[in-house]
Amino acid sequence: MSKFQFPESILSRPVYGTLAPRPGKSHLMIADAEGAEALLELADRDENLMANSHIIYLPKDTGETYVDRLRAAGPNQLYVGPSFAAATQRIRHVLGQAHMGLQVYLTGTEGLIGQAMNEATAVGIPHTAIQTEHRGSVARRMQCVHCKGITEDVTTDPFVCSHCGLNLFVRDHYSRRLAAFQGVCIDAEDPGNVPDPVELYS
Amino acid sequence: MSAAPQKAKAGAEKIDVLVSAVVPLNDLVTRFEFKRTDGKDFPPFSAGAHTVVEMQDEGRTRLNPYSLMSDPADTSTYAISVRRDDQGRGGSLFMHQNVSQGDPMVITYPVNLFALDLRARKHIFFAGGIGITPFMAMIAQLERSNGHWELHYAARSPELASYATELKAKHPSNVHVYYDSENQAIDLGHLLEGQPLGTHAYVCGPAGMIQWVHTTAAELGWPEDNVHSEEFLAPQPGKPFQVRLCRSDITIDVGENESLLEAMERCGVDAPFLCRGGACGQCETDVVEHSGTFDHRDHWLDEAEHASGEKIMPCVSRFLGETLVLDR
Repeated sequence: MSKFQFPESILSRPVYGTLAPRPGKSHLMIADAEGAEALLELADRDENLMANSHIIYLPKDTGETYVDRLRAAGPNQLYVGPSFAAATQRIRHVLGQAHMGLQVYLTGTEGLIGQAMNEATAVGIPHTAIQTEHRGSVARRMQCVHCKGITEDVTTDPFVCSHCGLNLFVRDHYSRRLAAFQGVCIDAEDPGNVPDPVELYS
Repeated sequence: MSAAPQKAKAGAEKIDVLVSAVVPLNDLVTRFEFKRTDGKDFPPFSAGAHTVVEMQDEGRTRLNPYSLMSDPADTSTYAISVRRDDQGRGGSLFMHQNVSQGDPMVITYPVNLFALDLRARKHIFFAGGIGITPFMAMIAQLERSNGHWELHYAARSPELASYATELKAKHPSNVHVYYDSENQAIDLGHLLEGQPLGTHAYVCGPAGMIQWVHTTAAELGWPEDNVHSEEFLAPQPGKPFQVRLCRSDITIDVGENESLLEAMERCGVDAPFLCRGGACGQCETDVVEHSGTFDHRDHWLDEAEHASGEKIMPCVSRFLGETLVLDR
């Protein structure tokens, strides 16, 4: 299942839409894993879009599943990379060379969308002008509010901080600056009293 | 010490001033400079702000908004530039014909509906005619903060291009002037296309020019939030009509040459307002009952709100028909 309808939550929690082609002479699309499906649907909606598009794609655990289909959609440029960190230099370079009118499309997991959003807003694109669509895993990028370490791809609540080892409760409280949700120690009052972890949204 | 005085009445707080200079710039435009009557400094303002000038015209109070065009860092003086409109309702004519140096006047605290977005990497200004005034203050502000800006200024002719010569002399590489009389025009599409990411565009001028910049920018994929504009509408005359103000419990007549807001003020109703030009939203009023047609002229309400018949902006909009009851 690549689409997931998040239940309504606090105001801090990001909400995602559905990508739609927008007018503009150049388009930057950043996606991971099943986000490729959203890009393929986008390509179907406007046959001229891909010729002016630069796709930065991180397949993660989907491997080669979507790569050939993305290439067949005919983007002006397609980069396939192993991680967001590996793609960051390229993203910054593309944004650094871009002009007003560039359209940005972000799709895939929340961690990818949030981090790519930060790169785009850092060069002056208002977040309201950046399109996002969630696809694939509901895993979260979490910040431990105690040690400030980031744990990627968290799928259970609670979870163990990969930096300091505290048992963290997964909150919907989100930081746009960090592109991460906040994890708070769940057994501070009564150390060791930790509920059994459950899959997020299970 | 920065807090504005508590608002007791509608509109922004007022300041008593003396006209310290009247400087004719060309056939149509005159600059008026003000000092405070009490000798103190003016409140600081952010570039793009306007003040509402109160004119006592033979028993009638005229209230017209004008952009502050002086350097925001200079709190000793406020300056506005007024273009004479011979076909207008008379405010600008009053300024040109009846105001001289030394006269006492009343103006309001500055209100900014057209502020710079200081997150911008670059600011690109489009001015048409007298629309140059807010950019005079913006340029002064950005020059102090080392801001990155450029100005594209269209005017009818060199004679009528207020401040063009001085701007061009001070900032030769940032200022571009275009004269209708020499068939020069702003190459808008080309300019918008080439701007670096994070540029904000600002336009002040005739309605057609504002629309042109918004439409062209949208077609080129500019985010709506990066295009700023300001247009003050002068209330247009129209057929007289009657209004019942249910909270004040009176029925008033709105004359042909006054706005609904002005009629309410004439009858002693303390109705809220700020810009008096359909832009700020302050005077938004609920309609309790109506049978007839609204003549909506503001920029504040959206199309759905205009169609709903539930709200009206009394500063510029009018009504035609049998009954209109407002919650005021």
